[in-house]
Amino acid sequence: MSNNNLILEAEQIYKSYPMGLAKVEVLKGVDLAVRRGEFVAIVGASGSGKSTLLHILGVLDKPDSGVVKFDGQDLSRLGSSQLNKFRNKKVGFVFQFYHLLDELTVLENVFLPVMAGASVIGWLGRSGWAKKRAKELLEQLGLGKRAEHKPYQLSGGERQRAAIARALMNEPELLLADEPTGNLDSVTGNGILEVFERLHRGGQTIVMVTHDERVAKRADRIITLTDGKIA
Amino acid sequence: MYKFILAIRYLVKRRISWLALVAVALCVFIVIVVMTVMTGLVRDFKEKNHEFTGDCVVGTESLTGFPYYEDFSKELGEEDFIEAVSPVIKSYGLVSAAHSQRSIGVEIVGIDPVSFSRATNFAQTLHYRSANAAKAFEPEYDPNLPGCVLGIDLLLNRDARGKYLFEPRPSRTALEVTCFPLTAKGALAKAGTDVVNTKTFYFSDVSQSGLARVDSDVVYLPFEQAQVLCGMAGAVKRDGAIHIKFRPGMNLERGCDKVRTMWQKFVESKAGAESAQLLKQVRVESWKEYRRETIAAMEKEQVIVTFMFALVGLTTVFIVFVVFYMIVSHKSKDIGILKSVGVSSGNVVGLFLYFAFLVGIFGSALGTLSGWVFLKNINGIEAWLYEHFGFQLWDRSIYAIGAIPDQISAKVLAVIIICAIAACLAGAFLPSRRASRMEPVESLQVSQL
Repeated sequence: MSNNNLILEAEQIYKSYPMGLAKVEVLKGVDLAVRRGEFVAIVGASGSGKSTLLHILGVLDKPDSGVVKFDGQDLSRLGSSQLNKFRNKKVGFVFQFYHLLDELTVLENVFLPVMAGASVIGWLGRSGWAKKRAKELLEQLGLGKRAEHKPYQLSGGERQRAAIARALMNEPELLLADEPTGNLDSVTGNGILEVFERLHRGGQTIVMVTHDERVAKRADRIITLTDGKIA
Repeated sequence: MYKFILAIRYLVKRRISWLALVAVALCVFIVIVVMTVMTGLVRDFKEKNHEFTGDCVVGTESLTGFPYYEDFSKELGEEDFIEAVSPVIKSYGLVSAAHSQRSIGVEIVGIDPVSFSRATNFAQTLHYRSANAAKAFEPEYDPNLPGCVLGIDLLLNRDARGKYLFEPRPSRTALEVTCFPLTAKGALAKAGTDVVNTKTFYFSDVSQSGLARVDSDVVYLPFEQAQVLCGMAGAVKRDGAIHIKFRPGMNLERGCDKVRTMWQKFVESKAGAESAQLLKQVRVESWKEYRRETIAAMEKEQVIVTFMFALVGLTTVFIVFVVFYMIVSHKSKDIGILKSVGVSSGNVVGLFLYFAFLVGIFGSALGTLSGWVFLKNINGIEAWLYEHFGFQLWDRSIYAIGAIPDQISAKVLAVIIICAIAACLAGAFLPSRRASRMEPVESLQVSQL
């Protein structure tokens, strides 16, 4: 594996949570590397630490120790504003529970990352482009007619596709998905996986967490996490 | 931009936001109404005191009075910054209806009605002679009789709506006024013989200053006659005070300072003159200082009311804090989502402060509008309540209050609105800062949904 081709590296990641007076060690020295354009599935039983690992990879959480590198850059060295920029530009998140803002329409939810990353004046300059791209993404994901709906007016599958559109809005280099089909029936879940496969064929790097072996098999590579370590 | 959009949506879509908005509106409404009425009453009271006193008073609290007032009045009259000067006799006495055994204690004020009307608003306080104050002491029924002007409450009672029942003309009423003449040294002038001076005056007019104590205590007499009654018309004539009105544009404090300087020089020039020691007890005061005992009580009430409503303001902060705590707690998922797309902690706080600002501004607007409508109709509402339920905010037969003040002060309004918005921002700041400090993953946990 050529180092130049690695987009994401994790070295000796440790993470624990306090539980009462005790301390639960969730990750116990995880090493991981993901190549650019790769579709990786992380599998493991419930409580094995796979979601925690995904959150650490996307800097939504901090490890107790260990290093996460993106394009060779140590993310722990980034300041808070650089981390915000990283979350905004470099990665897109897809969550099990969709996590759309109820007060915004589907279209607004999709172009939210562009709004969040721009000043008022910057937004005025980019709003036309952002709305156009958001509509295109929704069209591509079959939600063209749902753009002005509110998230609660959508089915689970539609909400997840809206969440994928939002994750792709800023054309991130890395897409992180946490149990993206975990809350959907098998038919709808399969539709979401087809979207991922299509994105992957287009060169998108994807790291997906799932507890379902059948879902994981759709990825290029499967990493199994057992008791906080890669098996 | 998302901050503005989300703040507006939070305000419109969340019913709990309306609760915060209504809480702010109610507080603004209450504070505006109470402060307008209270400030209006104090302002009205001060204006009446100012009009009653003039701008500046050279006077003494001693009943012996002070001499050479004519010389000093003449000096004052020659100054450019002074518009009017009026010497006044001040003492106490007894008044009784002729041939009546019953008498009441009163304050005797001896004036020249023309000069006193120029220095104060005396002419406007008269009922029958307001157009011609020079005839204030000439009873309409017989101008040759010595007249007296009575504080209105000494003669007339008010009905429950505060209206006096005037007769078309003053009725012929003889009043015996008794004074205790004092020498320049303060001893009774006629000790050993007849210690009092009594003279009969005839009711010629009433004076309604709007100051309850004045209107129920003061009897105005012609200057020279009051001077004789009080024993101040000896070889060296004395009076109790000189009321002064400055020309328009003259600063009150600067005017008083100039009079003070003049008075010091005048006292020095009279050193060694007969009864000159009485000049040392004379003070030069602005109308505010002269009436401070009366005004201070009212201002104290205003401070107490303001303090009480500051507590209401604190309650608002607490209500807004609780409401925002609930809103922010319910919105922790949104905070996680926003952070996951790169929104900073500062911008999360900014979003909720934006929201708080909107609650504050719309709550204040609603409260101000309601307060304005209420105040515009407050006198009508009170009249309706009195007509149907016999309720009055102030019993007009007791309090010298006409209409309830309803003019909203722009300054007071601005302070209230700024405080309301600041209260909202303060109430929103702590919960939103706490929420913004959470790691994104904490907010997005399933248990938080």
